[in-house]
Amino acid sequence: MAPILSISGLSKTYDTGFQALKSVSLDIEKGEVFALLGPNGAGKTTLISIICGIVNGTGGSVTVDGHDIVRDFRAARSLIGLVPQELTTDAFETVWATVSFSRGLFGKPKAPAIVEKVLRDLSLWDKKDSKLMTLSGGMKRRVLIAKALAHEPRVLFLDEPTAGVDVELRRDMWRVIRELRDTGVTIILTTHYIEEAEEMADRVGVINKGEIVLVENKAELMRKLGRKQLTLHLADPLDAIPGALAAHNLELSGDGSELVYTYDTQGERTGITALLQDLNTAGIRFRDLQTRQSSLEEIFVNLVRTPS
Amino acid sequence: MNIHAIKAIYRFEMARTGRTIFQSIVSPVLSTSLYFIVFGAAIGSRISEVDGVSYGAFIVPGLIMLSLLTQSVSNASFGIYFPRFTGTIYEVLSAPVSYLEIVIAYVGAAATKAIIVGLIILATAGLFVPLEIQHPAWMMLFLVLTAITFSLLGFILGIWADNFEKLQFVPLLIITPLAFLGGSFYSISMLPPFWQTVTLFNPVVYLISGFRWSFYGQADVGVEVSLAMTFVFLFACLAVIAWIFKTGYRLKA
Ligand SMILES: Nc1ncnc2c1ncn2[C@@H]1O[C@H](COP(=O)(O)OP(=O)(O)OP(=O)(O)O)[C@@H](O)[C@H]1O
Ligand SMILES: [Mg+2]
Repeated sequence: MAPILSISGLSKTYDTGFQALKSVSLDIEKGEVFALLGPNGAGKTTLISIICGIVNGTGGSVTVDGHDIVRDFRAARSLIGLVPQELTTDAFETVWATVSFSRGLFGKPKAPAIVEKVLRDLSLWDKKDSKLMTLSGGMKRRVLIAKALAHEPRVLFLDEPTAGVDVELRRDMWRVIRELRDTGVTIILTTHYIEEAEEMADRVGVINKGEIVLVENKAELMRKLGRKQLTLHLADPLDAIPGALAAHNLELSGDGSELVYTYDTQGERTGITALLQDLNTAGIRFRDLQTRQSSLEEIFVNLVRTPS
Repeated sequence: MNIHAIKAIYRFEMARTGRTIFQSIVSPVLSTSLYFIVFGAAIGSRISEVDGVSYGAFIVPGLIMLSLLTQSVSNASFGIYFPRFTGTIYEVLSAPVSYLEIVIAYVGAAATKAIIVGLIILATAGLFVPLEIQHPAWMMLFLVLTAITFSLLGFILGIWADNFEKLQFVPLLIITPLAFLGGSFYSISMLPPFWQTVTLFNPVVYLISGFRWSFYGQADVGVEVSLAMTFVFLFACLAVIAWIFKTGYRLKA
């Protein structure tokens, strides 16, 4: 199947001379949820802004469902909904008016039923006649999502949708995003909450200093790059790691009651068998053991710290 | 053509005006009345007639033009500057609308409001002096063309300005003097020959002259010249706007 969004060799140098994107290439499949992770200033917003027509790219090209975003901007943009990172709203407009405005702007005829559904889905219905300036930050964020959905986009960009949003609201948004995905909408979100990517995404891309460092199926990523830890709860505490076990990558906990073994699931062999044998030989007994897989967050921090 | 988008922006802009309807109408009516009292009554009693028209009636077209210019420029400049300032412009830039559609919507709304104000002032003037309009169709044509031209100018200003000071200063520093020196309150022929020549470089002279002709059948410059010059300014503004959108100047990074 042809990708719904195809980015090739996209680069951006701002007027300041700063190169925010360095030849980014990326394909997004129809119907997937793609999480774009990266530290502050990595170029996430720049990338989204170019695709949506807010910033001019300086090289490369982008197509949305086969339509070039420059030559065929009308067709391309009609398919896209954007929820920007910044909370920008018209203070004096009502929720209903601003969402209806967005629908018209994207060339769709009036459809009160659709606007109503969007507002209800986002729990904004009882606020429909409120002026935007009277809403809380989280509510404004929902209004921005409602505006982006008002013209029934096929591709939705969410630039940090849950920044500054409380836990309950965040779960609400995840629900909305899932429902959208179920209707076939392709979703690209950026986030600093790894939890969010872990929860929502089918695939994860990591961008750092204007370059895509990695794109991977989420489960695959966690499996491949995930480091696992084996914790052994000792029957008798140790003062130090015995010399017989020095060859293994072990750490002793502060009170000497736990040995922690870190291994790479990607490696040829995990070394667990050898470790257990050596423990047996050394006469160290343990009461319990557990393994733990590192989270996406840890993976991410490792990637960005040592760019490949 | 994305007609829905043009309508959406146009309605949005008109609604914004609607919220401040009181200021929008009261202030021009008040200032026009003041002009009539000061110029029409106080000074007019000494001048009596210009080119066979009573001075009070003579200044009506100039007064309307004065408001039309300032209203057009300020409406249009504010209309586009404000979303840039608050950041809501992102939505217009990301929408499937062409530059032409954006201009039609914003400039159309600004010009509409200016024309309404112009007509209100015309009606107000009718309370002070007997009005005669010899060429009503021409009057409307000049009214509409001028409102559009200066709304385009305002649009350019609203994109160029990067702070509120510039937004307010330019109309004050450029538009008002040009309008005052453009023959709002006098006939160009009253000036010494040297200044008559200088005045011909002032675009507003042509607008006021043509507009006054549509009222009283007399003009400082020929009506064809006025019309031609109006179109020259109109196309000059369009050219600048085309360049702005082509380069993304101050709109897109
Ligand atoms: N208009 C601009 N002019 C010059 N430099 C810019 C401009 N906009 C962004 N940049 C720079 O480009 C880089 C990427 O910015 P961008 O907003 O895309 O980052 P981001 O990944 O979205 O970061 P964050 O997580 O903080 O939102 C930053 O170094 C930023 O300073
Ligand atoms: Mg960002």
